[in-house]
Amino acid sequence: MKPFDYVRPDTVEGVLAAGAAGGRYIAGGTNLIDLMKLQVETPGTLVDIAGLTMRDVATLRDGGLSVGALVPNADLAAHPSIRDSYPMLSRALLAGASAQLRNMASAGGNLLQRTRCYYFYETAAACNKRTPGSGCAAIGGFNRIHAVLGTSDKCIATHPSDMAVALRALDATVVTARPHQDGRRIPLGDFYRLPGDTPEIETVLEPGELIIAVDLPPPPPGRQLYRKVRDRASYAFALVSVAAAVAVKDGVVTSARLAFGGLAPMPWRSAEAEAALVGRPAGTAAFEAAADALLAGAHGHGHNDFKIVLARRTLIACLRDLTA
Amino acid sequence: MRVTVNGEKREVEADIRTTLLDLLREHLGLTGAKKGCDHGQCGACTVLVNGRRINACLSLAVMHEGDQVVTIEGLGTPGALSPLQDAFVRHDGFQCGYCTPGQVCSATAMLDEVAKGWPSHVSDDLDHVALTDAEIRERMSGNICRCSAYPTIVAAIREVAEGRAAEAAE
Repeated sequence: MKPFDYVRPDTVEGVLAAGAAGGRYIAGGTNLIDLMKLQVETPGTLVDIAGLTMRDVATLRDGGLSVGALVPNADLAAHPSIRDSYPMLSRALLAGASAQLRNMASAGGNLLQRTRCYYFYETAAACNKRTPGSGCAAIGGFNRIHAVLGTSDKCIATHPSDMAVALRALDATVVTARPHQDGRRIPLGDFYRLPGDTPEIETVLEPGELIIAVDLPPPPPGRQLYRKVRDRASYAFALVSVAAAVAVKDGVVTSARLAFGGLAPMPWRSAEAEAALVGRPAGTAAFEAAADALLAGAHGHGHNDFKIVLARRTLIACLRDLTA
Repeated sequence: MRVTVNGEKREVEADIRTTLLDLLREHLGLTGAKKGCDHGQCGACTVLVNGRRINACLSLAVMHEGDQVVTIEGLGTPGALSPLQDAFVRHDGFQCGYCTPGQVCSATAMLDEVAKGWPSHVSDDLDHVALTDAEIRERMSGNICRCSAYPTIVAAIREVAEGRAAEAAE
């Protein structure tokens, strides 16, 4: 690791001041410390936010929930209200990482984890995300785990989070605090940025802006599911994952929320796939139309071509199970 | 840095970059927790912090000022093994033994998680958890055994879990 300074302010103001001065926030540290060991990340100052509260899951007036940014992934997955009303979120969290990591990893940090692209991790390789302008070794390289939607000619890395995929389907909002001005409420759909020409910029967060909570609106109608397809049965990142909530009345789909992991540089919500389902009889024709709509713009990079077929089959299987 | 390890308050001068794992092994002489991958992938470094299992390699020691850390040395001694240590010995839940301290610390916390009713990825019902072998395997997936002693590791954990369930039923 490169040398760094470490501070642990015990107020939000103190944390924001240290962040405004260029400090890097650290919560669980499971991803950041790993990347610091490899010198992929080399912060000059670590601002430990563990001195803040932000560890509660509170009920909101509209019936939703506000999840403090420091709630560990393990606690969030096991929280009775999450299990009861947002089971896809419990399932997504439980499908991610290991028990040890879920005890450490925070809700806010999970949203900000970096890609597991091997070239991003390998400092000797070209990577526009790590070293802007150096190129992308994944394009034309080994790209079995890479994205098929939303990529650019600068970057084809995927976002690794399971939790964020469920939160995207649940229409979560990221609540922030900012130095010297009011915080923001950022819908998760506006939170991530596609790589374009600047894959090093992954979210709309400003320098020093701190995630303090993630708010969930009341749960969507219908049944929920999170399905993750991966190389091992446990403790592996998604090749394809689906977070879905579907409601059916008299055999007709009345509501659908569909978000996907492993396919894109951000948790990928497909309004097109949802539109292909709603108002149609819950059956193979509508499910296939939804898959067509999801994957209309997909293209593989060689080793990851299989993901397009896998996503199609996984989505159709999920829809069958949810509407059975 | 001031950390409480196995019930003892320790004060240590160390580089700010020191991980909790290196603090335990290199500064405090507690070499039970092992360094396997040093990237949070193998679980050999698993210790308990405030009663919860974590990867000590992915945490800076300075982040644990004021925390209660328990290592394998704090769970039992050769003369007074913890129930899981004893079960691992009787079931031969290892071959080389390198992953064992992490396995035992991890299993210790895992049984507490089950007692709290925490579900896992393989739980059919998020609200009612029965500790089947599939549950034990999933919940222990953060601890890798390169000798593949998994069947006997599962047997050791199952025996302790069943013993506790029987006690609770009495």
